[in-house]
Amino acid sequence: MPLVEARSLTKRFGDLTAVDAIDFDVAQGESFGFLGPNGAGKTSAMRMIGAVSPVTDGYLRVLGMDPATEGPEIRRRLGVVPQEDTLDTELSVAENLLIYGRYFDLPRPLIRERIAELLDFTELAERRDDKVEPLSGGMKRRLTIARALINQPELLILDEPTTGLDPQARHVLWDRLYRLKQQGVTLIITTHYMDEAEQLCDRLVIMDKAKIVAEGSPRQLIEEHSSREVVEMRFPVGVQETIVDRLDGLAKRTEVLPDRVLLYTDDGDDSSTGVHERGLHPETLVVRRSTLEDVFLRLTGRTLVD
Amino acid sequence: MAVPTVARVIEAHALVYRRTWRGSVISTFFSPVLYLVAMGIGLGSLVDQGAGRADLGGLTYLAFLAPGLLVATAMQTGAGDGSWPVMAGIKWTKTYHATLATPVGVRDLVIGHLGWVAVRLTFVSVVFVAIMVAFGAVESWAGMAAVVPAVLTGLAFAAATSAYAAYLDTDTGLSTLFRFGIVPMFLFSGTFFPVSQLPDWLEPLANLVPLWHGVELARGLALGTGTTWSPWIHTAYLAAWIVGGTAVAFRTFGGKLRQ
Ligand SMILES: Nc1ncnc2c1ncn2[C@@H]1O[C@H](COP(=O)(O)OP(=O)(O)OP(=O)(O)O)[C@@H](O)[C@H]1O
Ligand SMILES: [Mg+2]
Repeated sequence: MPLVEARSLTKRFGDLTAVDAIDFDVAQGESFGFLGPNGAGKTSAMRMIGAVSPVTDGYLRVLGMDPATEGPEIRRRLGVVPQEDTLDTELSVAENLLIYGRYFDLPRPLIRERIAELLDFTELAERRDDKVEPLSGGMKRRLTIARALINQPELLILDEPTTGLDPQARHVLWDRLYRLKQQGVTLIITTHYMDEAEQLCDRLVIMDKAKIVAEGSPRQLIEEHSSREVVEMRFPVGVQETIVDRLDGLAKRTEVLPDRVLLYTDDGDDSSTGVHERGLHPETLVVRRSTLEDVFLRLTGRTLVD
Repeated sequence: MAVPTVARVIEAHALVYRRTWRGSVISTFFSPVLYLVAMGIGLGSLVDQGAGRADLGGLTYLAFLAPGLLVATAMQTGAGDGSWPVMAGIKWTKTYHATLATPVGVRDLVIGHLGWVAVRLTFVSVVFVAIMVAFGAVESWAGMAAVVPAVLTGLAFAAATSAYAAYLDTDTGLSTLFRFGIVPMFLFSGTFFPVSQLPDWLEPLANLVPLWHGVELARGLALGTGTTWSPWIHTAYLAAWIVGGTAVAFRTFGGKLRQ
């Protein structure tokens, strides 16, 4: 039985449809992603799974239960890292965890044990008795993750866990999430970073404008919707528009963005040689692997992060 | 809704309070004492010598004022605890959202919050009555019973203001509520002078204010005098505000937190 099962899952706010009849299953132990740009409906979907936002239409089961009638039971077994920090900044690190543990009705001695473990796990042990207020963004995020783990959830929902963090803080977080997955925790992660999705997700759906536009493993998605390699070129301002015709036949597909031109090809070196042979002189030219960003561009005609 | 879950919410409030109580001490204890001294003793010495004494039924002004001030203080505590902390939980620190991601439900959250306010009101009112006794403003320790209407009045305001605060999108509505609602009530609901002194057309309006009912009850209990209406009517009126406010709060909290 899937841990989360959604059929035609829909969320409307008045006239606005935030989630439009999406279908997906999340299996036990997997790490499942929702990749999509701002406003795609990721948070709205997460909040329905987290049994805090009522389903407008469609079918949803979380841990085999119906969020409409068994919300408290579902939430008892979930961990949630919301998009925005919701820590009590007036309290200390440990107190935030204590209060949260009590909401799950855990006995205090058990909570104290778990606080020690979780602060070690998130490398916050030294800040145990410090107020939350002055902690860095990365520390607050880690504390939020520790808080979400206080009830040893079977399913951990993370809504943009690393947005706003510097690269180093992101890598620390990724490492922790990877360890959780190793311990058998099922993860649902939303992100608008394609590298995050590629790093963390076994399987993902790409969301755009309230709908799922593709589903699969990062590799499958790239194989299905993009080429093996991409030649990425920048031309001087004004020149770019004029050279498009001269790129004909160099690649399987050409994509002209406001600031760069992309050639989708199976052999990047071959294509870039072709560019030079036609007497074109881009300011920069890079050959790289295809990424989920390219998949998104292909499917929606837009870039992921604008 | 579940009893243990409500208890967990109250416990969380207590834990937060342990960290933040210092800020509330001045408003809770210091200002009422200042009022008692300035108005009850200072102004009272003038009132007691003049013709006013007859209108107060032969009481000293201090004895008249103290129970009123007790309930008015409870009203302010209740209204205050029902306002900005709710706004913060929903909009600023967003801790209510975190709470509701656990087995705690909206109703548990509302009742737990009001339960905690009740604890605080009891504490504040007991201390206030003790100060009244120290000032000789209450005849006997039996006057302690005035704590009950004080707590009920505070809760009536806490329930109503939290329902309102959850409904608001910004806190300007809260400043308006205090400036044009709570402060006039504080001044004109029988705390500082009997409502019979108000212009005739205003008196029925004062009768609608929960504070007036609380003051009537508290004064009756502290001084052993009667109340204007049956004490049961006064009590029922306060209870109606508590129940009604709580019911509306379920809806407004739900509207903001369970979209
Ligand atoms: N409570 C709400 N009331 C009205 N509209 C809402 C509400 N929450 C979300 N929306 C709208 O629903 C749409 C989807 O929003 P949502 O927050 O789910 O997107 P998202 O994919 O999480 O975006 P982001 O990457 O910016 O977090 C948006 O148009 C948003 O404005
Ligand atoms: Mg979001």
